[in-house]
Amino acid sequence: MDDKFAAKFVSHKISRTRWRPVSASSLQQPDVFATGSWDNEENKVCVWATSDFGAISLEEEYQGDPKQLCDIRHIGDVMDMQFLDQERIVTASSTGTVTIFRHHENNQTLSVNQKWEQAHYHVGSNMRAPCTGIVCSSPEIVSVGEDGRINCFRAESRDVVRTIDDADSSTMHGVTFLRTTEILTVNSVGQLKLWDLRKQGNDPTQIFSVTGERVPLHCVDRHPNQQHVVATGGQDGMLCIWDVRHGKMPMSLLNAHKAEMWEVHFHPSNPDHLFTCSEDGSLWHWDASADTEKPTFIIGGRSTFNISRSSIAHTNANQSLACVWLSTDPTKGHLEITNLLPSSTLSVNSLDVLGQNLVCGTDAEAIYVTRRLFS
Amino acid sequence: MEELDVDPAETPIPGLGQQNRHIGFSWGPGDLLLYETLYQKQGSETAARCPFMYLVRSDEDIYSPVLRKLFNESHSIFVGLQKSAEENAGKSRKAQLVQVSRNYRSVLRACMEEMHALSESTREPSQNTKYISQISILSAMELSWNLCEILFIESAPAGPLLILLLDWVRLHVCEVDNIVQDVLRSERPTEHEKFWDGVTGYVLQGRMNEARQLLAKEASSSVSARSMCRVLDDLLKKMPMLNTAGTQTLTEFELKWQHWREECERHLQNGTFSSNPHMEVVCRVLVGDEEVILEKRDLMTTWYHFLVSRLLFKHPTVKPTELHFYAQSSLDMFLAGNSSPEPLDNILLAAFEFDIHQVIKEFSIVSSNWWFVAHLTDLLDHCQLFQAHNLYFGANMREFLLLDYASGLFSHHSLWQLGVDYFDYCPNLGHVYLELHMERVPLNTEKKALKALRICEKRQMTEQVRSICKTMAMQSLCNGRLGSALSWSIRAKDAAFATLISDRFLKEYSERGNFTDLDLIDNLGSAMLLSDRLTFLGKYREFHRMYSQEQFSEAASLLLSLMTARIAPCSFWLTLLLDALPLLEQKQVIFSAEQTYELMRCLEDRMAAKLDSTSPDEIQKQDSVDSTKIEMLRLALARNLARAIVTEGALQE
Repeated sequence: MDDKFAAKFVSHKISRTRWRPVSASSLQQPDVFATGSWDNEENKVCVWATSDFGAISLEEEYQGDPKQLCDIRHIGDVMDMQFLDQERIVTASSTGTVTIFRHHENNQTLSVNQKWEQAHYHVGSNMRAPCTGIVCSSPEIVSVGEDGRINCFRAESRDVVRTIDDADSSTMHGVTFLRTTEILTVNSVGQLKLWDLRKQGNDPTQIFSVTGERVPLHCVDRHPNQQHVVATGGQDGMLCIWDVRHGKMPMSLLNAHKAEMWEVHFHPSNPDHLFTCSEDGSLWHWDASADTEKPTFIIGGRSTFNISRSSIAHTNANQSLACVWLSTDPTKGHLEITNLLPSSTLSVNSLDVLGQNLVCGTDAEAIYVTRRLFS
Repeated sequence: MEELDVDPAETPIPGLGQQNRHIGFSWGPGDLLLYETLYQKQGSETAARCPFMYLVRSDEDIYSPVLRKLFNESHSIFVGLQKSAEENAGKSRKAQLVQVSRNYRSVLRACMEEMHALSESTREPSQNTKYISQISILSAMELSWNLCEILFIESAPAGPLLILLLDWVRLHVCEVDNIVQDVLRSERPTEHEKFWDGVTGYVLQGRMNEARQLLAKEASSSVSARSMCRVLDDLLKKMPMLNTAGTQTLTEFELKWQHWREECERHLQNGTFSSNPHMEVVCRVLVGDEEVILEKRDLMTTWYHFLVSRLLFKHPTVKPTELHFYAQSSLDMFLAGNSSPEPLDNILLAAFEFDIHQVIKEFSIVSSNWWFVAHLTDLLDHCQLFQAHNLYFGANMREFLLLDYASGLFSHHSLWQLGVDYFDYCPNLGHVYLELHMERVPLNTEKKALKALRICEKRQMTEQVRSICKTMAMQSLCNGRLGSALSWSIRAKDAAFATLISDRFLKEYSERGNFTDLDLIDNLGSAMLLSDRLTFLGKYREFHRMYSQEQFSEAASLLLSLMTARIAPCSFWLTLLLDALPLLEQKQVIFSAEQTYELMRCLEDRMAAKLDSTSPDEIQKQDSVDSTKIEMLRLALARNLARAIVTEGALQE
């Protein structure tokens, strides 16, 4: 498995890795990604290219080390990062600042395009509060932080468009868009909250949680096609699948990693595949695409795991349209799970997947890239 | 006092220690804090103070971005080695250990290469010299590591030993390759002044095939020397070499070698090569003429090359135990009293003497970083070498070096995570070190705190878990984030702190009249049981929820039970009783007669307690506000009691 990945040691701990999106019209594979570092004296945002532009043989291209194109200093830890468009990167800083960097492709440099300083701060002490998560859908940017505040920005305007103070009494760890006006946040007391940004007031539309549990949630991602299907990962390494149309409880709970799950991502164009990474140093590929008729349960990877599901019986009238993640029958599970990085020991903090490409970054100061994920 | 091996180096610090001031200092985990002070025996008056503090780092290497890769990559090799040691001890162990050793070396080599590339690209002279000095340290490390690998880990017997040593020399002394490259690039290689240097250099490294290829060029270019070349080529071809497969016995080999040597000597005596001094030199090398070999010192550049060449042509079946004798004499012959041995020479010499302890000691003195000695000692300990060499302190030494190395990592703001695993594999003091270091990791974000927590929880370090949670809870409290603070104290199972925060919540409630952080308080679940006050907070909020949902009778009994079960703090009773007022005033009867009696008792208890605790003067002051409230309460209670008695009486009939 390991030889599928090209590893590169980069001399700073990686907190986030993101592929640069490819324009919808082109059939190109993504070849540029960005990384953010954390816990360094001086943190950086770097842009990398995976393929050698001069490489001829395909094999060489796969094995080619990522090359750094440019970097720029980032004040504070990079807590979260996302590409706003082809050339702009939004970062969340532990100093409470949200920054937009612009990547100039012609001379390979990065510059600060826009900055909202102290977007997150503690009212009680006026101290800066770490901004823990951002999500953007150009031109909207939403950030959440340890101060329990939700901020909405627009890339063009200097002002904060909207602020929801005291949106959460604990720390929000992640945020994602559900629809254009609705966002989902996860917090450190195990709640998934749904917010409608059109609504006034400081209250969420709905709060979802696992009853009786207060296990912090760290990451959230939405199914790319079926927007009501949401996956979250928590401190105990558990993967939860939620249906935000039904009930307040998760549809299924899957025991997964041995420690905090830092990120979960549905494959954007192949959503029967899901990827998770964790503090325990593993990177898992969840494959639910296997034929449902086959009652086989293949245990992949070299890690042991068990599956326990407390799924609520979910009857969908239209089975053929039902999402595999919801209709999974615990008795004849057909999830194939593979640990893609069996030899890693330190935390895998971040992953991003696009097409055949996956990039992840670790606390062992290494980035792993593969460009043939499914082969 | 024990004698020092070397005098400690003096580090001058510009601007410090002038004008008869004293120097004060304080130790950090990897640094030293220095400042000027004026120590006076008597009188506390302090003279003008120095405005500067100096931070002295003992280990600068840790801040080099290239070496960080070394630390990170070797970390995973180290962890892999410890895990494999737990899993299988036994067969194929040696091969595995050799592989681990090679992995370490390949990481070292990768670092050297990168450093090399950097030194070539930089233009700044100071930076450049720094790189070059680091490269020389790294290459010394690699050279010594490789020798230790051959002698200690492979522990090759006579015969194969020399083959490994030859490989070692070929890998590290590349002079001859450069010479041959120059020669081959020239228009007429055979006329190049260094042509014969190339041939001899190859022969000295035992690279007979390459030497023969060069020789063939000579043979083809000059007719006169052709027959001589053929003879020499034949000798080179016939030189017996032990193969690593071990298909032939040592005696067999020695017999062959003796024959071959006699043949070489015969040619010398017959003067076969007398017309060509170069070929004669080569032949003299072949018969192991030490004088001639030593004359080629420029080709060999180092004494250990001389040693190996000397062994190759004189004692090809040298036993490991005889090595140190040849090593010492080779060093003496090579230096010939012209210069004194350098630290690296001493290290290699110690290795040839199989004195592991000396190797490690010498290296500890030379290098500023513990990386080399810690990893090498650990690897050697896994080979069970310390017992074999009667060094029973080996395990302790391993641990000592690992502890120091890991402490160094912990002094770094970012590499501290690597140190954790090293401490894990120090059976005696590792845990204590880890505890002390974990407490000192600065926590600036929750994410970092969570990572630190995970490290502590995995190792059942309850005290540190509590300390981290408490730090975070306190930070949240200072920032006015009560909800976060409560979450952290619940995670730490810190009842006292949970009580403190619950009180803050209640205080806020009594000031504002509504609760903050409802999302949290409503979902406390079983965590509520952590402290009485927290239970009260949760239940009290539950009462409000029931009330707003118009579940009046449930709300009423919950309210009453909060007082009768004495969960509610005394100071809060009046508030609770006042909360009962609207329930008492409802149209239907909510409190039964019995419950009303209980409420009345609670009210009187409260009044009595208040009378006891406060002085008469204060009562006067408070009276105006409180007494109206209490009068209202008493009235409501009495009316409710009357209604309850009537309804209950009616029901019974």
